Amino acid sequence: MALSQQEILAGLAEIVNEVAGIPASDVQMEKSFTDDLDVDSLSMVEVVVAAEEKFGVRIPDDDVKNLKTVGDAVTYIEKAGVTA
Amino acid sequence: MKLQPGSPGARIVAIGEHRPTRIVTNEEICRNIDSTDAWIRERSGIITRRFAAPDETVVDMATSAASKALAASGVAPEDVDLVLLATCTHPYQTPGGSSEVQDRLGAINAGAMDINAACAGFAYALAVANDAIRGGSARHVVVIGSEKMTDFIDPHDRGMAFLFGDGAGAAVVSASPTSGIGPVVWGSDGSHVKTITQEPTYTQIQQALANGESLPPAALRMAGQTVFRWAVTKMAPVAQRALDAAGVSVDELGAFVPHQANLRIVESLVKSLKLPDTVAIGRDMETQGNTSSASIPLALSALLERGEVHSGQPALFIGFGAGLTYAAQVVEVP
Repeated sequence: MALSQQEILAGLAEIVNEVAGIPASDVQMEKSFTDDLDVDSLSMVEVVVAAEEKFGVRIPDDDVKNLKTVGDAVTYIEKAGVTA
Repeated sequence: MKLQPGSPGARIVAIGEHRPTRIVTNEEICRNIDSTDAWIRERSGIITRRFAAPDETVVDMATSAASKALAASGVAPEDVDLVLLATCTHPYQTPGGSSEVQDRLGAINAGAMDINAACAGFAYALAVANDAIRGGSARHVVVIGSEKMTDFIDPHDRGMAFLFGDGAGAAVVSASPTSGIGPVVWGSDGSHVKTITQEPTYTQIQQALANGESLPPAALRMAGQTVFRWAVTKMAPVAQRALDAAGVSVDELGAFVPHQANLRIVESLVKSLKLPDTVAIGRDMETQGNTSSASIPLALSALLERGEVHSGQPALFIGFGAGLTYAAQVVEVP
């Protein structure tokens, strides 16, 4: 069964917390990684690498720069066809 | 055909370093780029780096570091069989810098060659030295990493200008009844050739000169995020394979001395390898910047100087950089 947006968000929040030390509760759909969460470009790479592993998806470098908000990342992972 | 007998093992018997005198702060770097001390520290761990003097060359620094290593080793220059100079910033296609180093050292009986494996150069050269000794081609090898990165860095490149420094580190590697250098794990991924590369090329510069056109000065360019991703995902397994090949566990390690590219990469590797607190971690980039092939011997030298690692302990080396190339091995600290 495909993961819901809420499940992906929760998983992503865990990753952002682990990588950048940001409280998971702050990781909301509309938040910008750089402007709101202070996730810098290198941390973003670490988030992406961890997300690939957790959700079993591929997120190429060229797509990473389009993931401005948490919602962008959740939608990307959802569309990449994550199944639990 | 007769064969010469090899040595059962080889080990590093002494190291030497050369750090240029001029210390350059992040504030000074930021005169040329739109950045801040805090931004640079956060992304690289670099607080200061050292720049060579305008007339201080790759060969000068290499000779200085190698002389100190030779003096510490007690090996006479005329007993050296091979001089290996790892560098990617010697500003000549021909000749390499190693022959001049060999001459200045008084290593009159030694062969000499340059090795360009970018930031992995020292680990490659050390592996070649180990094999030359075990194969019987040499008894004593001087292995040097020397770089004048500042000749190849655009001081206005916001992603590059703050990262690099100049310097040299050297090791004397000698035949030994037991092995102090573990099996090398090396490799390359040339599909990423363009992620760290000099632009424009020598040929483009020559053509532009011939046509009366102007080009920007040659400088190293890097796709930072792509290289970072490669390093944090691919290098920990390489380091682990080097540990496994040497039969050394992380609990036995005295030090982890990775290429000093960036503190964030080093911290990621430490985490992935699950290194215990007992392992001293090379953090020489904090005051030296990324010195490419010189970074591993310089970082080891700093750890030894501060007493964070001791003679006889195993240390894990891993170099990685442009190519992309990588090489890792476990060594016994001299």
